[in-house]
Amino acid sequence: MKTIDILILAPEILLIIYSIIAILIASFLKSNKSNKLIFQATVIIFLISALILYFTPFEIQTNVSGIFVRDTFSKFFQILILLSVSCLLFMSKQYLQKNNLFKPEYPILIIFSTLGMMIMISSNNFLLLYLGLEIQSLSLYVVSSFRRDNYKSTEAGLKYFILGSLSSGLMLFGISLIYGSTGSINFEIISSMINFEGFFPGIVAGLVFLICGFAFKASAVPFHMWTPDVYEGSPTPVTAFFATVPKLAAVGVLLRVLFDCFGQIVESWQQVIIIISVLSMFLGSVAAIGQNNIKRLMAYSSIGHIGFVLMGVASGTDKGVSAVLIYMVLYIIMNIGVFVFILNMERNGVAVTTINSLNMYNNVSKSQTLFLTVLLFSLAGIPPLAGFFGKFFIFNAAINAGLSWLAVMGGIASVIAAFYYLRIVYLMYFGLSTDPLSGKMPIAHWIILSGSALLMLIGIINLYGLEKPSFLAATSLIN
Amino acid sequence: MIELQHFLILSSLLFLIGVFGIFLNRKNIIIILMSIELILLAVNINFVSFSFFLGDLTGQIFSLFILTVAASEAAIGLAILVCFFRNKGSIAVDDANVMKG
Repeated sequence: MKTIDILILAPEILLIIYSIIAILIASFLKSNKSNKLIFQATVIIFLISALILYFTPFEIQTNVSGIFVRDTFSKFFQILILLSVSCLLFMSKQYLQKNNLFKPEYPILIIFSTLGMMIMISSNNFLLLYLGLEIQSLSLYVVSSFRRDNYKSTEAGLKYFILGSLSSGLMLFGISLIYGSTGSINFEIISSMINFEGFFPGIVAGLVFLICGFAFKASAVPFHMWTPDVYEGSPTPVTAFFATVPKLAAVGVLLRVLFDCFGQIVESWQQVIIIISVLSMFLGSVAAIGQNNIKRLMAYSSIGHIGFVLMGVASGTDKGVSAVLIYMVLYIIMNIGVFVFILNMERNGVAVTTINSLNMYNNVSKSQTLFLTVLLFSLAGIPPLAGFFGKFFIFNAAINAGLSWLAVMGGIASVIAAFYYLRIVYLMYFGLSTDPLSGKMPIAHWIILSGSALLMLIGIINLYGLEKPSFLAATSLIN
Repeated sequence: MIELQHFLILSSLLFLIGVFGIFLNRKNIIIILMSIELILLAVNINFVSFSFFLGDLTGQIFSLFILTVAASEAAIGLAILVCFFRNKGSIAVDDANVMKG
């Protein structure tokens, strides 16, 4: 380990040291004040490490004995993860305090899972990838059963734990097959082995297992069963977290493995990804129609969005990857906006998550209804808003890669999906007036909600100048 | 003479038993935890036998890491199971059905 290695790893090392200090403070000073301190310090630490990552001069360095890589691609994903985590943590404070869940474990577990995701995305080696993935998922299992006196939450944690560890088992089996057929767990060596000697059946079998494991983590269709239950059962801030950040990490690591390791044999994994993508898009749009719980609805919505993302992955070109990156940014912003609203849905101080409770919400709060409408239109991909451009880039990449029929399927699926987003809008403006929600929202949450809605409108002009960085990130991945 | 394919057959059998144990078992959640351990051990057999026949140490190091992670995974799984038991008073698989997926 040289000095340069420490400099490259600075953001991760900062997070590790901070998390240890936070654990010590939490266990020795058990006061409400120290809890608040840890909470705020965590948000700030995430922002600081995002800044360090942004300004770090090291690029395209495979270092620390060739197991760790920090290129533009991993920086793009890691900065996105850190920013959204700090925003989500900041959002969740009021809800946790109200529901008696304001404990120091929550930010600490979130730090560990974030650390796992960062390691996972910049790994250049299956061992590091596996360890990062496990750090992430072990903390997420605990977080999802965080309200441990509630059986819905513990059941959600149990289901997530069982299916999550099954998925890591599948993935490990795949890794072992790949190791057996190539004799290495390093991405570059595997890639050059495939280049020189062609690929063996063992590699393809391993690759299929590996994709199954990642599909579990990203909740793509044949492996989506846990998603609605876990989203419904977990406390709402945790659901907001699940809907955004682990998805980002799963997509990032899927891209990393598929392109870094198996970039030469696109045909051999393209079919699998296409099937998963079509199934996710259609299941996500059809199954959401009958839902009454808004958290379950968002679960199916996220499954559908993952389908669109996988369409970009399936195109297998740098254009496809950069479309995926743009789509993920838009998806994160929209979801943060919607979930900051869901966090504040309550009646007489009790959290409510049924869709029917949104009836005539327009009478309760005009501004919130308007912002939520913009966000839902954008999630549905209705043309003038930024969400449409995300889909547009994905379809464009798919058509360029000769997958026009896939783009057509995506179009059909997004029309079906528009129905259930528009149903919420309909209820808010024209529903039957029943017991209204309280409609109160802290000013900071209102700012986040309006900000994300405004971003959807501003995105029409230039997509926040995202095209260039995402293209650079994509080319750094594909070389 | 025991060769590589014998180890692979053994590990695939263990893996399949583990996967079927998760999906077919309707009785007890502890059995699911055992099946998960079985899957991880099957992977370990795979890694160690590949490592032996390739003459490369990486696989054995990998399997050591898997053992450690499996231990912590079992700890967390049992902790969540205990919380579930306190709320529900049972650890039957069919009782984990408050939310229909």
